[in-house]
Amino acid sequence: MKIHEYQAKRIFVEYGIPIPDGDVADTPEEVREITNRIGKKVVIKAQIHAGGRGKGGGVKTADSPQEAEKVAREIIGMNLVTHQTGPEGKRVKRVLVEEALDVEKELYLGIVIDRSRDQEQPVIMASEAGGMEIEEVASKSPEKIIKVGANPVGSFSSFQGRKLAYGLGMDKSIVSKASKIIEMLYRIFMEKDATLIEINPFVLTRGGELLALDAKINFDDDGLYRHPEIKGLRDLEEEEPLEIEASNTGVNYIKLDGNVGCMVNGAGLAMATMDLIKLAGGAPANFLDVGGGATAERIEKAFRILTSDKNVKAILVNIFGGILRCDRVASGVIEAASKMNLNLPMVVRLQGTNVEEGRKLLEGSNLKFEVAEGLFEAAQKVVALL
Amino acid sequence: MSILLNEQSRIVIQGITGSEGSFHAREAVAFGSKVVAGVTPGKGGTDLDGIPIYNRVIDAVEKEGANASGIYVPASFAPDAILEALEAGIKLIVCMTEGIPALEMVKVKKALKGTGSCLIGPNCPGITTPGVGKIGFMPNFIHKKGNVGVISRSGTLTYEVINMLTNLGIGQSTSVGIGGDPIVGSPFVDILELFEADPETRLVAIIGEIGGNAEEEAAEFVKNKMSKPVVGFIAGQTAPPGKRMGHAGAIISGGKGTAAEKMKAWEDAGINVVVNPADIGKKVVSILNK
Repeated sequence: MKIHEYQAKRIFVEYGIPIPDGDVADTPEEVREITNRIGKKVVIKAQIHAGGRGKGGGVKTADSPQEAEKVAREIIGMNLVTHQTGPEGKRVKRVLVEEALDVEKELYLGIVIDRSRDQEQPVIMASEAGGMEIEEVASKSPEKIIKVGANPVGSFSSFQGRKLAYGLGMDKSIVSKASKIIEMLYRIFMEKDATLIEINPFVLTRGGELLALDAKINFDDDGLYRHPEIKGLRDLEEEEPLEIEASNTGVNYIKLDGNVGCMVNGAGLAMATMDLIKLAGGAPANFLDVGGGATAERIEKAFRILTSDKNVKAILVNIFGGILRCDRVASGVIEAASKMNLNLPMVVRLQGTNVEEGRKLLEGSNLKFEVAEGLFEAAQKVVALL
Repeated sequence: MSILLNEQSRIVIQGITGSEGSFHAREAVAFGSKVVAGVTPGKGGTDLDGIPIYNRVIDAVEKEGANASGIYVPASFAPDAILEALEAGIKLIVCMTEGIPALEMVKVKKALKGTGSCLIGPNCPGITTPGVGKIGFMPNFIHKKGNVGVISRSGTLTYEVINMLTNLGIGQSTSVGIGGDPIVGSPFVDILELFEADPETRLVAIIGEIGGNAEEEAAEFVKNKMSKPVVGFIAGQTAPPGKRMGHAGAIISGGKGTAAEKMKAWEDAGINVVVNPADIGKKVVSILNK
């Protein structure tokens, strides 16, 4: 789960990580008031769940409350397009207004779970190349990234912070301050079940202060059950409405750009089915995993979700029955399709437990299905129906 | 022979009184598996179709000689169940549970280190050795005894591949679903190592997917240490970046973990990569007939 920068910064404050003076605002008037209170030059930052906001015109400075209000009028309500939003962009509802800092150095701090076999633990990273995309730094000049693995069995040790702080070339006067910030970041990571924390840039001001100029935290969806306070930070408006509906019904759905809707059981098979559609010359409209207990009710919901995408011109149902019996799936499909008056062309492929009974049910129904046996045959048949 | 699960395996099912646990314990027995005990704290002294149920894993070890475990408990209890099996000296622990927080698995893996116990999963369909038994929920009818080892990060896609092989008359030595989470007990390399050493296995079919670098690590192993032929497929060639494709571990992040990268790594390592999953069976046949 993703949260906004201002939400991440509130968590930082709870843990004593310094952030610039500022506040969040929904209207240009509020922006003016906040700027007035701060009493100096400010930065106004669009709050959306995507990086690259500055380049897209979503981050601007203002010297006075009047100018801040004017700038806010441009940003609030704008459709912000960045390399992470896709061409359709995202509407800005809210901005963060912060004091502009006199920056001496832009650094980077981050924590991720390193999945490599020799790590399999959180890894804290620091770099002098702050303000740049860290992926770019990693590929162009990996030597500029210092890492320290953090074994969660046992607590954080100060040497880990010192290793990174001295590695960043910090003056000894601020090393312990930096080390403390790193320790607090690690505590957030562990205590809140984060999967990623980034401060980019992490800045050193000319006055010798260290602050988090930006803040990004992603959380482990599987850990949310034990963090109701984090769950409450979810911004549904940042998510695809169909994906929200699907997640509420226990169906795993992700909208894509193609026109072949697919309904599959199992995530791996669902991905493979998308790949097969592409190989057959079509384009998948979605990823959809109906899950293990695909009841008639669940199948109906899945159909409703995938057909609400107006791009869908044909449907492929691909089920491998294990514990889930094919005859059950077949009756579920028939029931849902007739109830919904589904008139899109459809190919149904069933394999596994009770497959013959399932196929008989499909053939005996008065609905129009094409039946396929092979994996690739199913994809070819559905593409031919477009 | 086979890997992990063999004639000596005596299985305890943790969470045997739950609906999943009892259903799959019965399926495993029907498949011929030696399920010697069940564990549900508070239900000790009862039984499931004559399988004795204990309060603690240690009791199943001491009284029934259990040496392998299948775990079917909810995500919030699963890390504890794994640690209990580990502490009781169980050598093969298979956890089917989906939804365990990644940081819990980080801790569990640290605990596993150096113990000599092997964890498969979590979030996996389990292990099957045809002719011997199974732990997990792969459907019983798809398997056939033979010489191909199967390893995969997914569930139903694995059944497809096993079924495809069986329909072509190709049996399996052991099939292992390693799980779809970011941190799993035994990544590809651990299982490849076992198949390489298993005299019964002639070829390995491996099914990877987007996200992480387990496939790249497997490529490194195959290139340097593996003498047996390997056939591979990567799911998610059409997956968009930044989206979690059902499995917690299946996500392209920061441009890393794409299917294209993984397929290239496998090809460079000499793995016989198929682009079309429907061709896995044919590819295996053509190599075995060489």
